[in-house]
Amino acid sequence: MAIHSPANRLWWNERIEKQELIWILVAFVWGLIMFFAMIYWHIAGEQNLSNESYRVDPETYAETVESFTETYQVREEGDTGIPVVHPPAGSDIYMIARLWEWYPILELEKDKTYRLHLSSQDWQHGFSLQPSNINIQVHPGYELVVTITPDQAGEYSVVCNEFCGIGHHNMLGRIYVTD
Amino acid sequence: MSAQTEFRTCPKTGLKVHLAAEKLIKANAVVAIVFLAIGGLFGLLVALTRWPAVHLLPDNLFYLALTAHGADVLLFWILFFEMALLYFCSAILLNCRLAMPKLGWVGFWLMIVGALLANIAVLQGNSSVMFTSYVPMQAAPHFYLGLILFAVGALIGCVLFFATLVIAKEEKTYEGSIPLVTFAALTAAIIAIFTIVSGAIILVPTFFWSLGIIQHIDPLVYKLIWWGMGHSSQQINVSAQVGVWYAIAALVLGAKPLSEKVSRMAFLMYILFLQLACAHHLLVEPGLSSEWKIFNTSYAMYLAVLGSMIHGMTVPGAIEAAQRRRGFTNGVFEWLRKAPWGNPAFSGMFISLVLFGFLGGISGVMMGTEQLNIIVHNTLYVPGHFHGTVVAGTTLAFMAITYPVLELIFQKELMFPKLAKWQPYVFGLGVAGISLFMMGAGTLGVARRHWDITFADATLSFEYPPMALAMLGLNGLSAVLAAAGGIMFIMVAVGTVFFGKSLKETSEVQATPEGVAAATSYGSETHLQLPGTIVLISVFFIAFVLYYFINWKYLATVWPMS
Repeated sequence: MAIHSPANRLWWNERIEKQELIWILVAFVWGLIMFFAMIYWHIAGEQNLSNESYRVDPETYAETVESFTETYQVREEGDTGIPVVHPPAGSDIYMIARLWEWYPILELEKDKTYRLHLSSQDWQHGFSLQPSNINIQVHPGYELVVTITPDQAGEYSVVCNEFCGIGHHNMLGRIYVTD
Repeated sequence: MSAQTEFRTCPKTGLKVHLAAEKLIKANAVVAIVFLAIGGLFGLLVALTRWPAVHLLPDNLFYLALTAHGADVLLFWILFFEMALLYFCSAILLNCRLAMPKLGWVGFWLMIVGALLANIAVLQGNSSVMFTSYVPMQAAPHFYLGLILFAVGALIGCVLFFATLVIAKEEKTYEGSIPLVTFAALTAAIIAIFTIVSGAIILVPTFFWSLGIIQHIDPLVYKLIWWGMGHSSQQINVSAQVGVWYAIAALVLGAKPLSEKVSRMAFLMYILFLQLACAHHLLVEPGLSSEWKIFNTSYAMYLAVLGSMIHGMTVPGAIEAAQRRRGFTNGVFEWLRKAPWGNPAFSGMFISLVLFGFLGGISGVMMGTEQLNIIVHNTLYVPGHFHGTVVAGTTLAFMAITYPVLELIFQKELMFPKLAKWQPYVFGLGVAGISLFMMGAGTLGVARRHWDITFADATLSFEYPPMALAMLGLNGLSAVLAAAGGIMFIMVAVGTVFFGKSLKETSEVQATPEGVAAATSYGSETHLQLPGTIVLISVFFIAFVLYYFINWKYLATVWPMS
């Protein structure tokens, strides 16, 4: 039994039964398929997370976002006057996460490609784009640049899905995609 | 003879039981169950708060309860129980005296002090940093100190385990190789060393940082090393829980491993590859390359997954072989139909096996895929997954082994046998619901660790699909059911320990467990065909493949990004 020492002291010489052997082979091959699926998706798939990231000082990043916002602001929204920016298609766009907001609100054009910069000013946050359901971790001190192509028009929300203190559940941002 | 080397002989199994080891096993098991009760209660409060129609706790208490829930069940319940298992698998199964039992008590008390300190820090309200305590969010210094002391205590338990193996070898208390179940515990203990060292590397500086002695801890480095502890400790659980599956199959049915070689190789895979799994938590982080992510997240081409898939066949296979030898040979499934479903050790073990594979296993591989992680990272899918592994898998397996342990180690007759009989079903159903409905809500994008997904107080507004809210309601109902199963377990366990009829006085020696006599030697000559197991693993495999590709299809619908 499994709670006793093996009856056959030379257990490593025992033959492996065919049924077990086949299953091991099936499982091993399936593992290889799953492994190469990830590599294949980098070649043929359209949803891959960028590897482009930089170390950045949180305050410097906040200043970059502020000047980006001032340049392209088109209106304000909400009780607190959150700026809405409409950057040119194909440009670098910025969003900062901080206690407890996603700043600013972005207005993008459908089927245009943008370089989205993401970083945090304080703690870790989670960029969760809904309802499209794209989830990216946002760190202070690291700036991720991900190329996105919104392919459907509509109103998207950015939920924070990394716990960031007592205001976490009120941390909501927005991205508009216009036709 | 000193008190430390006194033995008794177990009338049921004939094993020599070292009394000092037995005491440590009892103490660790009882404390484990206390933390299960506390942590379980916090879990119920969390689920009732996330149930939109109930929304029980205010926000600050919700985050507090969530932090306490994680620490108390994921860490304290499981590790105290694993200490008991380590002592059981070394001293008891090897007929050996436990090395340095006094040191074992030092470890035990360190773990208690650590666990209490961490709980106090959390309950004081300024350490609601979640179980993961990601920097730069900061907890009170005694939160980290508690975890460190607890880990040191657990490390002592592992050292005693190794020392006992050495003594058993020296004193020749067993012949040939150690039993498979002890081998599983050895796997767990080796991974535990890696885990605790990772924990020390990151938690000690974090402790100094919380005191203001160290200025800065890099959040990404923290996460990388923290998960060297956090994920590896789940692999301790997997090894321990698979060991428990084999042990229960042996105790209840006299089942033998189909092949020692295959089963031991599968455990070896865990040791060799599981450490890479910290990458599972870093798939959508900045600053790490895709090459690094792909190699590590797949345990170098899924070799640790291969280990689990092997056990997924050899455990039911061993049960089928044992049952067929006992004469249940009709058709494909007579062996399963006529299994001892009324014995909570067996039913708990089998439900644990099935739920771990279908809910925890498949979902874990799916979300551990580099790109697929984009659609689930930090959603409720993640706790849905690990309630399938750690609760339906590990916790249910540990509950199941508790029943025979109450008889063998505590030498007590089970109190409330009817309650015990139904307990695995109630708990299993509840946990299956928790796991499934959280994964469902997570697939719809719902964030984890979130007090109010209706965003009632936010400046902007957003609504998740109504189906997601319904899922959270069902999750709450399932949590109530699981809590009922948990209470049933605690009633039986605590009732038996403190008020159970002692089996010591019964002069009549208990019959050997059913089937022990019926078991024949394994190996090719008596090896039977296992059609039932083949059907079971085929169903599992088809479900796995389909679900895996469905998620690629889902990923293909989100915004193109690169």
